[in-house]
Formats: sequence, structure tokens, C-alpha cells
Amino acid sequence: MHPIFEKGGKLGWLHSTADAFDTFLAVPGTVTGKGSHVRDAVDLKRIIILALIAVIPAALFGMWNVGYQHGLATGDPRINLLGNWWFGFLHVLPIYVVSYAVGLSIEFGTAQIREEEVNEGFLMTGFLIPLIVPVTTPLWMVGLATAFSVIFCKEIFGGTGMNIWNPALVARAFLFFSYPNQMSGSQCWIALGKGETMPDACTGATPLALDGPAQYGTGFWDLFLGTVPGSVGETSVIAILIGAFLLIWTGVGSWKIMAGSVAGALLVGFLGNIGGITAIPAWMQLLYGGFAFGTVFMATDPVTSCQTECGKWMYGLLIGMLCITVRLFNPGYAEGMMLAILFANTMAPLIDHCVVSVHISRRNKKLKTA
Amino acid sequence: MSDTIVLKKGLNLPVTGAAEPVVRKSIVSRTLAVEPTCLKGFSPRLLVKEGDAVLCGSPVLADKTRPEILMTSPVSGTVKAIVRGDKRKLLAVLIETAERQEAAEFHPGSTDAASVRNGLLESGLWLQLVQRPYGVIADPSATPKIIYLSTFGTGPLAADSAFCLGNELGAMQAGIDALEKIAPVHIGVCEASVFAGLRASGIHVFKGPHPAGNAGVQISHVCPIVKGDTVWTLSPEGLAAIGKFFLRGKLDLRRRIAVTGPAAIGPAYVEALPGTPMPEFRSFWGASSQGLRIISGDLLCGRNVGAEGCLGWRDNQVTIIREGTEREYFGWIRPLRWKQFSTDRAYFSWLTPWRRYDMDTNLHGGKRAFLMNDAYYAKMLPMDLYPLFLVKACLAGDIEKMEKFGIYEVLPEDLALCEFVDPSKNDLQEIIAGGIDLMLKEMA
Repeated sequence: MHPIFEKGGKLGWLHSTADAFDTFLAVPGTVTGKGSHVRDAVDLKRIIILALIAVIPAALFGMWNVGYQHGLATGDPRINLLGNWWFGFLHVLPIYVVSYAVGLSIEFGTAQIREEEVNEGFLMTGFLIPLIVPVTTPLWMVGLATAFSVIFCKEIFGGTGMNIWNPALVARAFLFFSYPNQMSGSQCWIALGKGETMPDACTGATPLALDGPAQYGTGFWDLFLGTVPGSVGETSVIAILIGAFLLIWTGVGSWKIMAGSVAGALLVGFLGNIGGITAIPAWMQLLYGGFAFGTVFMATDPVTSCQTECGKWMYGLLIGMLCITVRLFNPGYAEGMMLAILFANTMAPLIDHCVVSVHISRRNKKLKTA
Repeated sequence: MSDTIVLKKGLNLPVTGAAEPVVRKSIVSRTLAVEPTCLKGFSPRLLVKEGDAVLCGSPVLADKTRPEILMTSPVSGTVKAIVRGDKRKLLAVLIETAERQEAAEFHPGSTDAASVRNGLLESGLWLQLVQRPYGVIADPSATPKIIYLSTFGTGPLAADSAFCLGNELGAMQAGIDALEKIAPVHIGVCEASVFAGLRASGIHVFKGPHPAGNAGVQISHVCPIVKGDTVWTLSPEGLAAIGKFFLRGKLDLRRRIAVTGPAAIGPAYVEALPGTPMPEFRSFWGASSQGLRIISGDLLCGRNVGAEGCLGWRDNQVTIIREGTEREYFGWIRPLRWKQFSTDRAYFSWLTPWRRYDMDTNLHGGKRAFLMNDAYYAKMLPMDLYPLFLVKACLAGDIEKMEKFGIYEVLPEDLALCEFVDPSKNDLQEIIAGGIDLMLKEMA
């Protein structure tokens, strides 16, 4: 790094920023000090970039779907691969720009104030936020929500690794409770060009809000492929499965949490189905709404999920069960995934505490008898 | 003999530079350092002054609080210098070796515990006994639950104890017999070990990757340490020295040292005494030590002593490795990074388990808060513990939690692999050592 950015240099106040770009370009020549003289080649940059790559299929499909839904809504149901994608890309790109610009500037600023290295965590958060909001969300709202979540969900706790809740979901929750009109209903999911209006016969509501087969796109394949309205990245189960495979393969995301969540959802979905509360079969619940996206990319966040292996199962189960319970019993609020995960985030330390306490008392008993 | 205890967790570090099983030379150094700094729990008081003549086995240092614990000279000669550091802290006593070596005569009795203790104390061999918990010098007035010895090292490029001590089985047996007077001796052996024939109160067979050879890991499977327990441990070299002392009445700390490491030229074994200055090993790093790190001990928990330092009192290995000060452009984003080793599936080294890597000391990243969860670290620790919970309890200085999470069972070396894999690049061993220091302070 140029000496001008060192402490005491002319631009010393930009030290953390310069360091962030510097270490982005090259792994620094820092050597080990105390303790182990050699270290594993992996670092958090690598782990986070892998998680980010896992989300890319869902993001790319989401962009295409924005264009496709626009076509459907304006009476042009042709599938135009590149054209649809480009339309969606142009609509999603500004959300990305705002999310990263706001989040990263706060992140760089706080690192500078604390005189720490800039943390990579926001690369992932900033990539997720645009994928879990409706494409029509006003950009200033995205900016506000991002700022709120980075400051109040992350930085006041001490930065990435210290936060209790998933920052991307907190941004989503902030939007949901502050601006409910823009976040739900049947208008927000479809991007329209200037002067375009939706025909009266067409509703842009997500399949969840309609609860059951509606006029279009709620069959198994529509949901599985993701050709339905919804938040940008959440619709395509197949794209999310590709990401899930990558996360499990690389060990970045915990398969136990994913499996627990699916099992919990199936259980409650099944009970609801045979109890006559809903006509939707349990397995279809897995395809609706943000369940798949939340299970794969949000619930598995290693910072806010459970630490213990046994705890991960319980944590996953809690998310899956709670999500479907909300769907079945709360007609005013169709999607329970966001709050289910935030609730489970809150409960994760408690679950860990119980698991560890049980382990310790069992171990003490064993030691006493030994 | 009990059944084999198979440990699955852990990792044998695939690094180049294992020592060839030949003794390259026998080092007789002109000077030798008696260095108390690497002995935890020993606060030295000088017993000699510059110019004093010492014999092999003569006391040089004594412990301030327990003056019966002595550190003795491993050679005969004259005291050349007393090396002090900041605040006049005693760092080492340099002894110039005499041409003709003379040893102090001892007449140790090994008939009862008291005479064994006295023998060990007066010969300075007491320093070979390490007390767990905390990894400090054993307390001469205490009696441990058991005395434990792991006869094999699994650390990176560890010395092959069968090669080093295969022909000292008689001395080792004598050592075990003497120590059995104090407390039951249990030993841990690997499969098909030459040491399996030793007679002791318990012989336990272990199989698995590092840290299966760590005494702490073995004890936690054989006889877990709970509050109030103490267990003493010692190295096989220490045991052989104790055995030779009781057989011949002389102090003989000479041992085979594995000189290893990816930057070592012709890694092999040498015979040397503890305290041998590193310049004696110069032939293993060639013309210049510039850009090299010379470690007394192994890559995971040895001490960086530099090219002018000396071999640690209990060490049987020297490791030479390149300092990784070069920057690696786009290192973290390169898809393959073929020359680097990682246990994480973010890279592909798990596909080629046969490869050995030319590692260096680069940290491979910046320090961050803990991001990965406990399971990421637990896969490197074959003990019934939650390593990250223990580390965080140490960071918080919460004694009650540290006790619950098993601070009595571990030493920093047991979590060395957890430190190796940590993507947040935290110094786990230092954190644990800090926790142990706090326990020592508060529980004393």
C-alpha cells in the first residue's frame, strides 16, 4: 500500500478504504505471528465469494423473470430469453447499485472510524437485498432499508460476525413494516415501463396471495421453474437448488439447516392438509413464495444460525414449521418465511444454550461414573 | 492391552520436508543455553555466576517459589554469560562446554515414591513432568491421578519416536518402573508400535490423524480431567532420560532431533542436547537464513527462535520454513490456487489427498471476527468439547464457562489445528493460553 495511506500519512484517514482495495487485489504478505506458523489457504473473502456465486443462478433467473412477467402483464407472453433478461436487468441493476453504494459506504465508514479492516460480509448482504424485494420498490426505500439494516442490525453489534439477525432480512422486514403498500398486494411484483398499465383482467399477485390455483402460472412446473410473480430472486426453485447444491458441496451452507427446514415445512403442511385447513398438498408448500430462497440462502447464514450440529436441526425445523404455520393461520399475511427466520435467529442462541447445557450435564454424569 | 481407540477428527498436515530416518551428525556444541523461558510455571532464580565451573547435572537455576525444583546443566563447562532481557528478566545462562565432559554422580533410589521424587528433583529431570490442567511444571508435593505419556507424535513432520528411541526401550522401562512409585503410569501407543511391549499400568492404542498423538487428546479418552484432578505428562525423550538416570546415576539429556520443514536442505535427524544453539543446525538451511523462519518444535505449536536462538528444553524437532511475505495477486478469487493447501472445499486440495505442499508462513487473509460456527472447528478436535464455545469463554474471561467447556482438559496445542483452519485468522492458541493464565491466577 502507498505510504500516503499509512497511519500519519496525508490520506491516513482513508487507511481502511485503501486497505480494502489493496487486499481485494492481492492476498497481503502478512505472516503468522503467535501460534500456528502455517495457515489454511481459505479466508472469509473466499467463503463469501462462494456463497455469492451460489446465489447467481437465482439472480440471473430473477432478472429474466422480471422481463417475462412484464411481458405477460402487458399482453406479450412470448418467451424472449435475452430480451426478457435485459428488461429485468435494467430494472434490477439500479436496486443493486443503491444497495451496494449505501451499504458499502456505511461499511467503509465504520471500518474507518474503528480503524479496522473492512469486512467482506456486506458483499453477500448487498447481493441478497435486491433479490428479496419486489422489483418495483422505490430506490430511496431500498437505500433507507439498507442503511437501517447495516447500522442497526450489524454495526451497532460490532460488525459482521457479531450480528444477531440476518441483515438482508432485517432490510426486508424494515420495508415490509414501514411501507406495506409497496411491499404487498398485487401491483408491486410486476415492473412496468413508462405509461404502461396492467389490463384489468390480469392480476400480478403472487401465487401465495391467491392461495390455490389461479388464472395462470401456479402449476408444479411454473413454481418449480419460477415463471410466477414474486420478489426478484425467490421464484425459481430450480435456480435455488443449483445454489443449494453448491453451498452444500462446498460446506459453506449447512445441509442440516436446509433439511430441518424442509422437514418442518412438510410436517406442518401435511398436518394442515389432512386437517382440512388448506387444500395445498404439503410438498407444494416448498415451492411457494420465499420458502426455498430463505431456507437455502438466509437460514444457513453461519453467523445468525445455530452453532451446534444438533441445534442446526432444531433451528431448521423451527423455521420450516413456523413459516408454514404463518401461511396457514394468518390470512392477512401470506408469507411467513422472513419472520420465521428472524424469529429463529433470535432463538438460535437459546437453542445452542440448551444443546450445550444438556451436553455438559451428560458429560459431567459420565465423568462422575467413570 | 485395551482396544484400539479410533479417532476420526483431525488432520495430518500435508507438508513437504519430512526427516529421512538417518542420523546426519552428532552435534557437540561449544556453547549451550540453559533457557528457562519455555518452561511454563518455572520462575528462575540464579544459582551460578559468570565464570563458575559446572558439571553435567549441576544445578544452574532454581524455582523462586519452590526452590527444590532445579534446572541443571546438561553439559560440564564454565558459565560464560547470563543473558537478560527487558526489566532484567533472565532469558538464558550460556555455558561453554569443556573439552572433557564430566558428569555429577547421583545415587538415586527407586524403591519408594519419596526417593524417586528426590532423584528427579536433584537431577533437574523434574522439569520433564508437566501437570495438567494448565500445562505447568508438576508440583513436587502433589500426587497425580495418573502419569501419562504419549509415545508417538502426529504433529506436522513429527519425529518418528520408534526411530529416535527404538533402542532405548530398556531405559524407558526403567523410567516407567520408577515413576510407577509415584502414580500409575499410562502410555498411549500407535498401532503396531515398538513401545507396545513396555509394561505399565495402562497401555492404550490410538489410531487417527493429528492430534491423536497429543497427550491431552489421549487423556480425554482414557481418563478425562475434571476439576480437582491432576495428571502429569512427559515426553518419551524425557522418560528415556529419567530411565537412564535411574539406571546409571547420571544426567543424560542427549536425544535425536528431527530437522524438518519445507525449506530444510536434506531433512534428517541429528543427535543434540536441549539448549543447542541454532547456528549448529546451519547446514540445514545453507548460506543465509534470510527469509526463513527457524522453529524449535513443529509447525503448529513450535516457537519461532530465529537463526540465533536455541533448541527448546523439551523439543525434539526443528522446523525450517519460508516466510510467506510475497503478495499473491487475486489469490482468494483464483479458482484453483493449485499450490496452496486448504481443508475447506472452497478449494480443491481435498481431491488430491496424496499431495504434499511447500507451505510458507503467510496468513492467507486478514483477521476478522469469528464467522464460521462451532462445527467448523470441532472437526479438527477429537475431544468431547465445543472448541469455539471454549475459545469465546476464554475471550470473555468467564471462569465458570471455561470450566464447563473443558479448560481443564486442553492446552493450546490441542486447538492448534482449529487455529490452522480458522478462516477468520484468529490466534486461538494465544486465546486459550490467556484463558489458562487467568485460571492459574484466579484458582491459585
